[in-house]
Amino acid sequence: MKKRVISLLCVFFWLVVWQVGAMALNQRILLVTPVDVALKLIELIPSADFWKSVMFSAGRILSGFALGLTAGTGLAVFSGRYVFLRKLLSPLISVLKAVPVASFTILALIWVSSKNLSVLVTLLICVPIVYINMLEGIDSLDSKLKEMSTVFGIPPMRRFVGIYLSQLLPYFRSATGLAIGLCWKSGAAAEVIGIPDGSIGEKLYQAKIYLETADLFAWTAVIIFVSWLCEKAFISVIKLIVKRVEKM
Amino acid sequence: MGVIVSDLKKSFGDNVVLNGFSHNFTDKKVTAIMGQSGSGKTTLLSIMMGLLPPDSGTVQCPAPISAVFQENRLCENLTASANIRLVTGKKYNGHEITAELLRIGLNDCENKAVSQLSGGMKRRVALLRALLADSEVLFLDEPFKGLDLDTKNLVMEYCKEMTKGKTVIFVTHDQRECDFFSDEAVEMNMFGFSNMN
Repeated sequence: MKKRVISLLCVFFWLVVWQVGAMALNQRILLVTPVDVALKLIELIPSADFWKSVMFSAGRILSGFALGLTAGTGLAVFSGRYVFLRKLLSPLISVLKAVPVASFTILALIWVSSKNLSVLVTLLICVPIVYINMLEGIDSLDSKLKEMSTVFGIPPMRRFVGIYLSQLLPYFRSATGLAIGLCWKSGAAAEVIGIPDGSIGEKLYQAKIYLETADLFAWTAVIIFVSWLCEKAFISVIKLIVKRVEKM
Repeated sequence: MGVIVSDLKKSFGDNVVLNGFSHNFTDKKVTAIMGQSGSGKTTLLSIMMGLLPPDSGTVQCPAPISAVFQENRLCENLTASANIRLVTGKKYNGHEITAELLRIGLNDCENKAVSQLSGGMKRRVALLRALLADSEVLFLDEPFKGLDLDTKNLVMEYCKEMTKGKTVIFVTHDQRECDFFSDEAVEMNMFGFSNMN
């Protein structure tokens, strides 16, 4: 309880700094006040267009994230098993890790429609993060536990949950926590470049064109909130699974 | 049927560990394997459990088997109860497992992750797992290692009761453990082996 109060006080402190700074600057094009942002949000939230944009972007970014999780985990499992595949993928993963989101996005615009751009970009951002984390987990699997399960004749499903899943879930949890935030950042950036109709990225782009700084801040706040919400929801689900697995 | 080992040979490079080991481990008896470090006790156990292939020779061992390994080989992220249920399945419910943990002095740790337990507590969880698992033959590699004297006495009593009617092959350095727990003993040394009985 005390920790929560301290956290809220910290947030409140920075909001006050922001409010005072914006009032001192008195240039609404450069910096709006948090009150202006709140008023803009109150104006946006009841509109159908707002929810359409949120659903459009969330649907695509989370699809890319889900595909990235699946592909990253699958590739890590096979790389853990086959050294050749690990060596083969190593340069590709290094490239995926280093290439800027803007380069991905422009290249992706040639391959896919701007509508599905964020799916591809978030997928490419998510894969190396999940792959590296899961591969680290797979490498740290205790081979002696495999021998133990052979001696005791533990059935395959129980072996998978009790031995493999219980050891890999902490790595999966850290990978998803890291990837989901980056997916929202890169997905939104891709949408700003590709400007698909009805996306959050398009709203950010319009805010820039028309110098609507309050809109820019409001949509950014929406991205931060939805990203945080997705992360919390996802991590809660994984924590629940971890707890059930720990107790079996 | 006990465990029949015939003319077992095993080398690691130039290092000959087993040179024609043969023994008939009596059915439903506890046999201690004693000997100095490096005399091949753990290698012999690994071969008998099917974890290591011999260079030559045969092992006839009834199934199912259970074991306490030289290391605990517990899933550190799982609770003590979950580690036991991993091998026993639904044979025991939570209350029964808690009761058995209590009997070997493990109070209030059924829901703790094994990573939070001390070395001696982990050893007892590993031992209980082996004792509660369905098995005809138990292989115990220094099962009482790392236990203080009082706990060791308690656990040895429990172990003796729980292994009645089972074939047990256990490795130890400790003569007192051997005298208390085993019906017969085999001595292994660098020259081979001998029955001590």
